[in-house]
Amino acid sequence: MAEIVIRNLRKEFGDFTAVQSSSFKIEDGEFFMLLGPSGCGKTTTLRMIAGLELPTSGEIYIDGEEVGQRPASKRDIAFVFQMFALYPHLNVRRNISYPLVSQGMPKQQVAEKVDEVSRILGIGDILDRPVSGLSGGDRQRVALGRAIVRDPKAFMMDEPLGALDAEFREHMAEELRALHDRMSATTVYVTHDQLEAMQMGDKIVVMNHGVIEQFGTPRDIYDKPATMFVADFIGSPSMNFLRFHGQVHAGSGTVVMHHQELEVPRLQEPFEGDLVYGIRPEHISLSDSGTYRGEVIASEYLGTTQIVTLKTGSGELKARIPSDQPVRAGEHVGLEFDGATVTLFDNQTGRALRSELNEGVLSHV
Amino acid sequence: MSSYSITEPSSRQKWAAGTLVIVYAVITLLPLVWILTTGFKSPVDAIAYPPKVLFEPSLEGYVNLFTTRTRVTPEQLESLPPPASWYEQIVRNRDMVIAGPSRYGERFLNSVIIGFGSTFLSVFLGTLAAYAFSRFKVPMKDDLLFFILSTRMMPPIAVAIPIFLMFRTLGLSDTHLGMILLYTAVNISLAVWLLKGFIDEIPREYEEAALIDGYTRFQAFYKVVLPQAATGIASTAIFCLIFSWNEYAFAVLLTSGTAQTAPPFIPTIIGVGGQDWPAVAAGATLFLVPVMVFTILLRKHLLRGITFGAVRK
Repeated sequence: MAEIVIRNLRKEFGDFTAVQSSSFKIEDGEFFMLLGPSGCGKTTTLRMIAGLELPTSGEIYIDGEEVGQRPASKRDIAFVFQMFALYPHLNVRRNISYPLVSQGMPKQQVAEKVDEVSRILGIGDILDRPVSGLSGGDRQRVALGRAIVRDPKAFMMDEPLGALDAEFREHMAEELRALHDRMSATTVYVTHDQLEAMQMGDKIVVMNHGVIEQFGTPRDIYDKPATMFVADFIGSPSMNFLRFHGQVHAGSGTVVMHHQELEVPRLQEPFEGDLVYGIRPEHISLSDSGTYRGEVIASEYLGTTQIVTLKTGSGELKARIPSDQPVRAGEHVGLEFDGATVTLFDNQTGRALRSELNEGVLSHV
Repeated sequence: MSSYSITEPSSRQKWAAGTLVIVYAVITLLPLVWILTTGFKSPVDAIAYPPKVLFEPSLEGYVNLFTTRTRVTPEQLESLPPPASWYEQIVRNRDMVIAGPSRYGERFLNSVIIGFGSTFLSVFLGTLAAYAFSRFKVPMKDDLLFFILSTRMMPPIAVAIPIFLMFRTLGLSDTHLGMILLYTAVNISLAVWLLKGFIDEIPREYEEAALIDGYTRFQAFYKVVLPQAATGIASTAIFCLIFSWNEYAFAVLLTSGTAQTAPPFIPTIIGVGGQDWPAVAAGATLFLVPVMVFTILLRKHLLRGITFGAVRK
């Protein structure tokens, strides 16, 4: 297994820049997520690491070796496609053994490897079946089998669960993660599903419009978003943004929004202008003593919690509160914000202001 | 309660469709049946009026097709030793003796060489070109594709005179190579366009998977794309073969001897010793066989669905 380092990676398709100067590092054995909306450049980044696209500029190091301009076949990595891409004219066994045959491995050894892999994935009983009759899950397992059979330096996965039914997806996600933990294989995984990324990833890179917005652990990315895009993209419902005009001083632990003083993590840089007060729904609670008031518009019951939509002086916001707390539409309630979790953003650039909360996570790489 | 389905045709619709198919089959197959039966008629039965549906089968047409014969006087015929074979007997019944083999065999072989040669070349070049057009960034791709197609926008025979002059200058007239090149040139635009369509439909991921599995681009093409394009290649090959096998106008114009194909040769049989319709029909019947065999052999590839289920879109 190997560590992968990406430096100033850039890809242009004609006039369109798919990836703008990305840099990040994937540690050996890490389950690494490339997350972003469609068209953000995550798949292009993955394909460049795999060698299916050549970068316009920049370097890719796999195991310390620069491989940026090398063909895919010379990089010793495995790729799992969203649509599986099993060879339709071959049966399961021959699909899995294909990469070994290409290396010229002796037949006996190929058979042993295929048996071993089919045991790991529990597909021993379908080895001689044609791939066309397989269920989505089995096809996924065969695709994984073809990837792990040759012990590559790293796995690339392009939305491998995207083609599965929702119900089965969760099961497969667990299986994938368990497989990864067992083999401790460096894995780069592309997804647009933030839940999948949070659930499975050791580290996440969030991309948008070809630019890396943030790079870090799922917890850091959720709790300490570096940009408004990340804050909005991660979490469901997403972070509430309360916009106001004001100024803050370095070292200050409060901010004045619409004549109300609110607590924030101690700031480390001054700012004056259009600000955004970002707070996650679960960090808002309803209490009569709250000075910040809002009117209940609707509530969604989700079992243990409920999502309450409120109208306030700075726009609509959503709060996640215990479901046993009674709320009625039309009711005016007081709101309390957990100030320690708040992130302030510059409304113009979308960048988070540095504070003691997000200290150390804002600079990428 | 009767159930009603909007996808399953009603029995009346099935019946109507069946009748239509049968009528169409009769219309298209009747001339073929006519040719086939004429080949086994005697010259008298072949021109009998009203036409004979039931007749005594004879191989005279086939014997005449493959031989040249000379008329002899009854006295000469008497003086000959008894016929050594059944076909000699048939010939002698008409007061003739076999002078030698006819040229039908050679012409037929020419058709095989030129037809299959140009089909192979068209499909081979067409597959490579179609793959390149489908997968790579070819500069001026659309213009090139249009240019290739534009060669089919007029009947090929419209350029017969320039081609005739060109062939004469290059010494390609009446050569196998010349005819193979000509038919390939005509077929290649069809081949490129048809095959590009088929290859476009094969997801790139298969080749990418093969590239990652350690194969070179050519190996990926050869081992992964080709097997899946088999359907397209087979149907393209059939179209190309049918054109080059049946082509008449250029064959008349550009071949006369060594490279003459069967289509211009068959009509010339008529002139040899009266209107020998059974021999012409026999020649036409045998001429059908290779294309039929080829089509039947490739038939299973014409059935779509080989990739069904391997990809989930």
